Amino acid sequence: MSRIEQAFARRKAEGRKLLVSFFTAGDPNPDATVPLMHAVVRAGVDIIELGVPFSDPMAEGPVIQAACERALRHGVSLRRVLDMVREFRVHDPHTPVVLMGYANPVEVMGYTRFAEAAAEAGVDGVITVDLPPEEGAELNAALTARGIDPVLLVAPTTTPARLERISAAARGFIYYVSLKGVTGAATLDVDAVAEKLQEIRQATTLPIGVGFGIRDARSAAAVARVADAVVVGSALVRLVEQHQDDTYKMREAIVDLVAELRQAIDTVEPARA
Amino acid sequence: MSTANDGPTGGDFSRYPDAAGRFGAYGGQFVAETLMAPLEELAAAYARLRNDPDFIAELDYDLQYYVGRPSPLYYAERLSKSLGGARIYLKREDLNHTGAHKINNCIGQALLAKRMGKTRVIAETGAGQHGVATATVAARFGMKCVVYMGAEDVQRQSPNVFRMKLLGAEVVPVQAGTRTLKDALNEAMRDWVTNVDDTFYIIGTVAGPHPYPMLVRDFQAVIGREAKRQILAAEGRLPDALVACVGGGSNAMGLFHAFLDDRNVALYGVEAAGRGIDSGQHAVRLAAAGRPGVLHGNRTYLLEDDDGQILGTHSISAGLDYPGVGPEHAMLKDAGRANYVGITDDEALEGFETLTRLEGIIPALESSHAIAYALKLAPTMRKDQIIVVNLSGRGDKDINTIAAMKGISL
Ligand SMILES: Cc1ncc(COP(=O)(O)O)c(C=O)c1O
Repeated sequence: MSRIEQAFARRKAEGRKLLVSFFTAGDPNPDATVPLMHAVVRAGVDIIELGVPFSDPMAEGPVIQAACERALRHGVSLRRVLDMVREFRVHDPHTPVVLMGYANPVEVMGYTRFAEAAAEAGVDGVITVDLPPEEGAELNAALTARGIDPVLLVAPTTTPARLERISAAARGFIYYVSLKGVTGAATLDVDAVAEKLQEIRQATTLPIGVGFGIRDARSAAAVARVADAVVVGSALVRLVEQHQDDTYKMREAIVDLVAELRQAIDTVEPARA
Repeated sequence: MSTANDGPTGGDFSRYPDAAGRFGAYGGQFVAETLMAPLEELAAAYARLRNDPDFIAELDYDLQYYVGRPSPLYYAERLSKSLGGARIYLKREDLNHTGAHKINNCIGQALLAKRMGKTRVIAETGAGQHGVATATVAARFGMKCVVYMGAEDVQRQSPNVFRMKLLGAEVVPVQAGTRTLKDALNEAMRDWVTNVDDTFYIIGTVAGPHPYPMLVRDFQAVIGREAKRQILAAEGRLPDALVACVGGGSNAMGLFHAFLDDRNVALYGVEAAGRGIDSGQHAVRLAAAGRPGVLHGNRTYLLEDDDGQILGTHSISAGLDYPGVGPEHAMLKDAGRANYVGITDDEALEGFETLTRLEGIIPALESSHAIAYALKLAPTMRKDQIIVVNLSGRGDKDINTIAAMKGISL
């Protein structure tokens, strides 16, 4: 069983949902990232999603765009991100790490080289935002061959035919983008999410994480009722931005929010058995 | 990954893209999942309408009576004689309504939008010509219009910003990244992903995810179809060379497309060499510095660093200031069918002045790059040879830039 599968299995056995945190590697500076990864795990995060900075993050709202720019000012790119995962793994052999980024840095490194380097560093999953299954076959094959899960996105606009194609290529879990929009957008319609998740569950047995638009305990709890995992991103990155000059305070603020989200998620009655 | 050898070999260039939207190793649909269904919907609508007699009649009518087509193919006699080489013809896209080739594509896409029931259009713009053309068709068709423009371009193309506002469009300055065309495109994509239900994204060049590179090329291909007819009428034969500037590459593809399978017609795409290729401040992707990669929904040649981050570009002309290029150009480069060359800011200014003084035509700074290359090419050719240069736009929008360079305040 992969680390991602183990994490889902463990929580499922406990009747709990997973909390997935997203922040951009190297933001606000390269030294802050690994300590932050350890801190969120201690505060209750189950899976770490690490953003790979890109100059043209087309799917991100202003908060994560700014995070990319801060990280890029420090020259943090894919190779440095892999170094960070390797460093994290020295003290944490258990928590799954999923990279989230865009195709071009991976193209430049080369799919095979990237898959090998990521596996060696201890990466468990890879989300490539601009690689739908039609374009991702080659990278996804390189990743699965080395035991890394290609995590694919499903959106509110995804048609049944596409859902089948995505399910066939996806490993680890399905990432459901809860709204039409960019990361950090405001409105989350939980009923619409619940409806779409039912449709997705017809097509796949993989667990489903829901992200985009979850900002506080309330929205996290609402999503936890219907999803297997709750992904929180912009809300955390906003705290990085606020405390970028004081990484100690930054970690404290993020740990507080993570703990709050953890508690909110753990106290919901699941809607489905 | 790009496999360089699956491009075309014989005389069959005009059949691309394939069903997956690929031009050989380039093109494709590299977008977030949310946009895949809308792109499929767009491709299906276009496949249905491209051969629909009503749609074609409506498009043709607008091109004739609203845009003013056909645009003349003008023999630039004084320019040709001054160079002492090939006969230079200018395809006068500068005479179109709104002053550039961009409107050809905007009419086509706006008609598509109307048929698809969309009530709001958005666009990215660099020089502002595509933004003006989009705002124009939006006014005419009664659609809401939002134009994204890099904050730096808002500054240097202020006459066009004002025109867009007069036309009722909202102009959103984009502060992210390098604050130029590529960032405007990112922002327009973000708008589209948020408002896919009622919004049609009118991309201004032959880039972006499939079907855009094909769609925009098809709507611009009227340039080459006319030019072919016109040069046959004027000279009784095909030209020896075509020259066009390449930002994203729409005016060049528009001119080239009807000639792709006429292998004796040489094709020259002119990129912005800015302050010189060695300076690193340029937008030469195909002629020298670029590498295949993925940006803005397609695989193509890009200016990028060793980590795959997209580099900033520089050109005196906002419309050529872009780190990517249309995937069809990438295919034509690899196949050796088209040649790509660089022209510096200084050379473009010389082209600008030469055409203005010798022919009484003030060209856009983008088009001035094509003129400047013709100034180099014509003297190397015989007097009985023929060059067709795409004069993609007029220079009114650039007078502030030119004046500033001359130290004159208007
Ligand atoms: C007059 C003119 N020519 C050329 C271009 C470059 O675009 P493309 O390469 O798509 O023709 C522009 C873009 O703004 C333009 O305004």
